[in-house]
Amino acid sequence: MAHPEIRLTARAAGLVACRHCAHVWPAGSHSCGFCGGHLSSRVPQSLQKVWAWWTAGIIAYIPANLFPMMKTSMLGSDTASTILGGVVELLHHHAYFVAIVVFFASVCIPIAKFMAIAWIATAIRRPRGSVSAHQLHRVHDVVEFIGRWSMIDVFVVAILSALVQFSVVVSIHPGLAAISFAASVGFTMLSAQSLDPRLIYDASEPLHE
Amino acid sequence: MSISRPDPSRLVACPTCDTLYRFEQPAPRQTAACTRCGTVIFAPRPGAISTVLALAIAALALMAIALDFPFLSMTANGLTAKASVIDAVKSFAVDDMAPLSLAIALLILLLPSLRLCLLIYVTLPLFFGLRPWPGARTAFRLNVDLRPWSMAEIFMVGVAVAMVKVADLATISFGPAFWAFAAVAILLAAKDAVTCERTIWHILRSA
Repeated sequence: MAHPEIRLTARAAGLVACRHCAHVWPAGSHSCGFCGGHLSSRVPQSLQKVWAWWTAGIIAYIPANLFPMMKTSMLGSDTASTILGGVVELLHHHAYFVAIVVFFASVCIPIAKFMAIAWIATAIRRPRGSVSAHQLHRVHDVVEFIGRWSMIDVFVVAILSALVQFSVVVSIHPGLAAISFAASVGFTMLSAQSLDPRLIYDASEPLHE
Repeated sequence: MSISRPDPSRLVACPTCDTLYRFEQPAPRQTAACTRCGTVIFAPRPGAISTVLALAIAALALMAIALDFPFLSMTANGLTAKASVIDAVKSFAVDDMAPLSLAIALLILLLPSLRLCLLIYVTLPLFFGLRPWPGARTAFRLNVDLRPWSMAEIFMVGVAVAMVKVADLATISFGPAFWAFAAVAILLAAKDAVTCERTIWHILRSA
């Protein structure tokens, strides 16, 4: 691709770009003639969608931490463990590496993700140039890449509940937190996806249009 | 150079920051990245279609094996339990957890398999030099959109964590499905690494 000396956005040139195949169409086109994808110069109400999914994610995250993730019944006595309880249990087993993986996936990543998305969504509205677009863009990429990995704990519960079923001796059942944690991860993934990255560059590093 | 009278078919814009470029198909093994935000726009690889097709078919075949064979089995005090991937999916089907059961089925089985089928549907005719089959564009778009929701590799890490958790309780052994599913996760990652979305769009458009 040639590198034009005068850089211009598709929007400034009266065009709308397809985010699937990168080809451009006259402004006002609704679907891409090459790949059939839906066209919008900037995703409409992108920030509202981000905040709506973000709020849903936070709401689902509260019961995810309060209720048990997994219920173990061993010879008639029941123990329930929350997300943090599961990490502590792993530490008791001296499985420090796995404990760190689970702690990162279920505690650090979700909280960092909420903060990161909120930071990007508010930084976009701050005066131009206060935060570098590259920084925001990198954080958004990391959030999109790493967010899915929070699902680990839900899968752990699914596998254990399927495997550990020795009738009265020992059995494991999923708790309410499993469903709310899965929902919280899904909502935050949708929140990050709703953010149109072009808004980041529009806001903090505008080209001379 | 000024873009005063743009000819839309000769232009592309960065999907991340909307910067406009004149379109030139980069040579194989070359990468075209946006100079403003660094997003890789085109990264054509020679033989990408046949590689993607081969990986997708292999992954789909292994997925079929992974479904029904025992995944893990565990022995404790003379008792043995076996679980297949289907059992893991069904584990939430009790106690009002059915929606979660469905979600897990989607994330680890249905969406990865669907993406593979869509990709094979798109690349098979291209591999034989035929015109794309009807609906190929919609199929490929869906395949790309579903990518974050296909979580086979995350499931494998979950399996590793689960094994550590019950290591004290019982002896765990791997079934054939475990190795098949591990291979599926690796093949899926390899397939996504060699797929350049916009190059395939370019091939679909000119085919």
